[in-house]
Amino acid sequence: MKKSKILLGAAVIAVAGFFTIAADHIDAPAVTGGANDITDFYAFQGQNTDNIVFVANVQGLLSPTATQNAKFDENTMLEINIDTDGDAIEDLVIQATSRNGKMYFFGPVAPAQTGMSSTIRTMATASSVDITPAGTNAIVATNAGMNFFAGPRDDPFFFDFDQFNAILAGDADGFNNPGTDKFKGTNVMSVVVEVPKSMIGGTGSINSWVESKRKQ
Amino acid sequence: MNFNNIKIAAIAVLISLTAYNCSNDDDAMETSGPDFSGSYTQEDQMARPAINTVFVSTGNKDAFNATVPSNQGAAFQSAFQSKLLALNAGYTTNALGMDAATFTGALATDVLTVTLDGKTTFFDGTNVLTGRALADDVIDTELLLIFGGPMGADNGGVTSDNVDTNDKPFSTSFPYLAAPHQ
Repeated sequence: MKKSKILLGAAVIAVAGFFTIAADHIDAPAVTGGANDITDFYAFQGQNTDNIVFVANVQGLLSPTATQNAKFDENTMLEINIDTDGDAIEDLVIQATSRNGKMYFFGPVAPAQTGMSSTIRTMATASSVDITPAGTNAIVATNAGMNFFAGPRDDPFFFDFDQFNAILAGDADGFNNPGTDKFKGTNVMSVVVEVPKSMIGGTGSINSWVESKRKQ
Repeated sequence: MNFNNIKIAAIAVLISLTAYNCSNDDDAMETSGPDFSGSYTQEDQMARPAINTVFVSTGNKDAFNATVPSNQGAAFQSAFQSKLLALNAGYTTNALGMDAATFTGALATDVLTVTLDGKTTFFDGTNVLTGRALADDVIDTELLLIFGGPMGADNGGVTSDNVDTNDKPFSTSFPYLAAPHQ
């Protein structure tokens, strides 16, 4: 009975358009489905434990067919933000933007300014990697101890999103076992960069997030 | 003397030709290289999974994406708390011992904390929010913290979606993510 009440309350919110697609896939009207719509962000220790790996994914729920023609938007910059002193303001950024089949990377470097607007820090360590076409092995570039990749990948996110919506809508009492992964068989456009910890603070903790920024 | 004059003139011509060629090359490089100029303005933002999708109301989703993290707590904590209590009216604390205000205060500032000193995981039973690895079942963690109550034992039917792994295995080496579906 208690659970039903919770679900009933949740259902009301669901009707108001509560839950679109997680994790951040298609999260807001201005970016939904566009080339700059971030689907997910990951940060984890690399195979080399002296390194941290950042993953920024965009353009969720690509079918295999759609993946063949999927491209990064050349007017969009993906910016990985790193706060090294705990104030949720970026002290370092890693910038990635594509031009003519290559993904260009700048940083880690202090941003010219913090906040909503950025310029590309072309004076920082500059690297690039050929964007891996669909159907070929991953093309990886290395520079200054960093590794770089850009191109389509299997969406690493997994969630029984449809059953969650059914619960919120009051059509189900709980999840199924086993559940059904809504993101099975779909791809994303992925940017992966691995950096030495020594470049982003060395020890302790950082706060990180990713932004997509559009050229004005 | 004449000969020397000729040599000097020849050197002068060579220098000017060389200089001309150099500047010509420079111009060519500038026009053929990628253009990274201009100002770029934020349109989407993300750190922890599903924060915007779960906790931000429909009309505010673009606003949340266009708010820098250091301003998100003040702007959105109270709305997050209302949303949490609407989702789970019986919320008291969660398995991290956070009451509704503390939990939503932590969530509203949407940054992902990453340790540089050891294991990076969203939650592995021991470590909490030290990063986000590809295989982390972040949805179950979030469901547990929203619905599971102080012991993680409440509302058992909605604290796991029973999808525990990705549809493709991850690689142990760069770029770690699995090849795309074809």
